[in-house]
Amino acid sequence: MELKPGSRWKSAVCDGEFVVVRPPSSGGVLASGGEPVIPHGSEKPAGGSPSPDHAGGSVLGKRYTDVESGLAVLCSKAGAGSLSLDGRPLVLQEAKKLPASD
Amino acid sequence: MHTALLLEMAADAFPERLALGERAAGVTFAELQARATAGAAWLAAQGEGSVVFLGLNGPALPAAVFAAGKLGRPFAPLNYRAPDDDLRRLLARTAPSVAIVDDDMMLRVAGVEGVTIVTRSAFEAACLDAGHRAAELAETDPDIAVLLFTSGTTGEPKAAVLRHRHLASYVISTVEFMDAEEDEAALVSVPPYHIAGISAVLTGVYGGRRIVHMPAFTPDSWVETAAREAITHAMLVPTMLGRVLDVMEVKGERLPQMRALSYGGGRMPRAVIERALRLMPHVAFVNAYGLTETSSTISVLGPQDHRDAIASSDPQVSRRLASVGRPLPGLELEIRGPEGDVLPPGEAGEVYVRGEQVAGEYLGRKLLTEDGWFPTNDSGWLDAGGYLFIEGRLDDVIVRGGENISPGEIEDVLRAHPGVGDVAVVGIPDDEWGERVAAVIAPKGPEPTAQELAAWVQSWLRSTTTPETWEFRTELPYNETGKLLRRVLKEDLAARARTVAA
Repeated sequence: MELKPGSRWKSAVCDGEFVVVRPPSSGGVLASGGEPVIPHGSEKPAGGSPSPDHAGGSVLGKRYTDVESGLAVLCSKAGAGSLSLDGRPLVLQEAKKLPASD
Repeated sequence: MHTALLLEMAADAFPERLALGERAAGVTFAELQARATAGAAWLAAQGEGSVVFLGLNGPALPAAVFAAGKLGRPFAPLNYRAPDDDLRRLLARTAPSVAIVDDDMMLRVAGVEGVTIVTRSAFEAACLDAGHRAAELAETDPDIAVLLFTSGTTGEPKAAVLRHRHLASYVISTVEFMDAEEDEAALVSVPPYHIAGISAVLTGVYGGRRIVHMPAFTPDSWVETAAREAITHAMLVPTMLGRVLDVMEVKGERLPQMRALSYGGGRMPRAVIERALRLMPHVAFVNAYGLTETSSTISVLGPQDHRDAIASSDPQVSRRLASVGRPLPGLELEIRGPEGDVLPPGEAGEVYVRGEQVAGEYLGRKLLTEDGWFPTNDSGWLDAGGYLFIEGRLDDVIVRGGENISPGEIEDVLRAHPGVGDVAVVGIPDDEWGERVAAVIAPKGPEPTAQELAAWVQSWLRSTTTPETWEFRTELPYNETGKLLRRVLKEDLAARARTVAA
């Protein structure tokens, strides 16, 4: 899979949907619920569920990153599975709260 | 990332929450999403190319912004205050395009080649049409999101290019998704053709803060709308804030529901912000500095910074009220000298910035350096705490006998004189010094003498900064977004100096 900036993906095993905000420095397999994600427009296979090791959930509107490769993804739809890249769990990027300026 | 996704997420998660308009008759996120889809389907059938918006603020603006985004076409808002000839020339530059034009502005722009003109009312009607709302739109690759003709104070406007990734990056890195309280509402009075007018739509939608648009700004209607709509957030340029404070004082209005006011787009006189803090102690004030080419804000002086500066007896901290705060996290900012060397704190040079929201591009011309830095053409310096002070456009800095003199510093001092209503300081050509300092004063009450004002400046600043040329006028020239037309003054004064010399 090519994790291009702006590319959209969805989980094969839960409702989660994601958009790549920053690509990884080298390739990698993005997974949700332990299973590789699939392109946003494609059909989800029936009957899957997140593996217990990757069931921490993905929260709508949160950004998740992989420190090693620099990958950052935004969760655009919540799901029960959690994200990983080549098996490494992504970590929630804590937002620095800024005062509204617009 | 596509900006259309920002609305999609909001509409999916909070369909029934109010996105736009008045409390009593607002537009929900689901409704805005439906309108944007319908608007996109209809626009696609009208013609090809960019989506131009020529009209006042209102619910049609966000619908048009997201409709253009969904089609993957650039959104190009135009300045309706421009003279007809200029406007038609700008419009011609957008061709091929479909232009959504306020009904009462139609006659001004008819018959521009390559541009399909549609009325705003036709667009609004299409947004409500059931057939169009059911349209299935093809997914598009995000590219150019917005073309903004920079208001500029000189020459032919340049078309700044902002791509979806710049704007989306700005939004998701500065705003938490749907983090606003349900009762929050932002009053947006900057026009659609200003970067802050665009970013207000995007951050408002993503943050879940209801947007109340003002079609046209007057200080009275601003105060009245803020009170009626229980507005909690707003952005103003400094001249607007000063006029709003006048109205609030006369009416005894204090806007108790207001929580945060941000300001930017020009130098804020210390007297105005001090007065604002005094009149509205319940409000968190934010000074935001940014440029069109950087997708809006890049540096912020936050509410606590304001309170610290007001309360502090340490001159360094107190002075920060005149700063634009610190750069946003995730952005890099440097001050560089004429040779490109990075300058230490305390030394003034050109402000350079780098980050994912920084576009730094005009149609046909990229301004980024090879390693991604954008030279802002603003002159500034950082203090020891990393606070950024902006001295103005690089071209506006006066170079007198090799010494850099900041007009803003002298203007601040003059503005504090009781006889000065408004002031501009510019450099004009001088045979001996290269440039000399000239001041244009709009007096308040009895006109002060030049000698009196010169002595006043001398009592505050080093003697080389004292203006040598003085002129008195009833008012100073500003463009419609409140930017002082320094160049006009400079040319006037230089021309007059030449006449006198001849």
